Amino acid sequence: MSGHIVSKKLYILIFAALIALTALTTGVAYVDLGKWNTVAALAIALAKASLVTLFFMHLRWSSGLMRMVLVAAFVWFAILVTLTLADEFTRQWTPVPSSWEAQIQQTVR
Amino acid sequence: MWVFLATEVMFFGGLFTAYVLYRNFYFPAFEAGSRLLDIKIGAFNTAVLLCSSLTMALAVRAAQLGKKRFLITFLLLTLLLGATFVAVKFGLEWRHDYLEGFAPGANWTFHGPDWRHVELFFCFYFFLTGVHALHMLIGIGILTVLIVMAVRGRFSPERYNAIEVSGLYWHFVDIVWIFLYPLLYLIGGRY
Repeated sequence: MSGHIVSKKLYILIFAALIALTALTTGVAYVDLGKWNTVAALAIALAKASLVTLFFMHLRWSSGLMRMVLVAAFVWFAILVTLTLADEFTRQWTPVPSSWEAQIQQTVR
Repeated sequence: MWVFLATEVMFFGGLFTAYVLYRNFYFPAFEAGSRLLDIKIGAFNTAVLLCSSLTMALAVRAAQLGKKRFLITFLLLTLLLGATFVAVKFGLEWRHDYLEGFAPGANWTFHGPDWRHVELFFCFYFFLTGVHALHMLIGIGILTVLIVMAVRGRFSPERYNAIEVSGLYWHFVDIVWIFLYPLLYLIGGRY
């Protein structure tokens, strides 16, 4: 077995970047950016995950097959989320008849 | 291992999707629930887990170079950091949530606005972090076996597949937490 040997310095650099990004995402949570808070949090998480897969998990030096497995996993995950949310956002809910609402309120209590 | 990790992406992916869906249904309650979590513990545990990923990567490197003593040291460090994460999670954070009355079914005393949906948020919180902690415990088990094998001198620069593959698993569990931390602790906003 002969994998690519990464220098200690690069590992520590990646680690420092990961810690910095954690500090950044935590800091951003304290600033009101409206919708962009969620976008920023997810973008930073994605950046961190990419650093871990590319360097710690050696994907940068791996064969195309390995990369394809990971990309396939994320594509399927994207399909899952997109279709679920597309269904959810375009569905018209049937309104609950007003006579039922009182009953529902009672059972909830 | 990569194919197994792909199935794991789908497993956690399903849970994440369910979480996102309910977060959209009951947005204010999920934001309120998120604010009830202790961000300091979350951030601390994130740092601990990132450290453990670094030591795991260094352990793989030590195995590649055939440095037995470094290999054992880094595996032990990874195990200790992983154990710290789980101890903080169960011993400090879950205990705190339970005592504060944020444990659905077991001890729920929070009756603020829309509390039923805050309870739902906490169901997600306990399930997601619980499943993640279970993965950590499995990882700790794997590390224990690796340390024993390393001490017995089972690894060499030609034969370190088990360490490489376990490393992949460990980093994957780290990545799951990288997404869980913002999703659970941060996107409720702290301002």
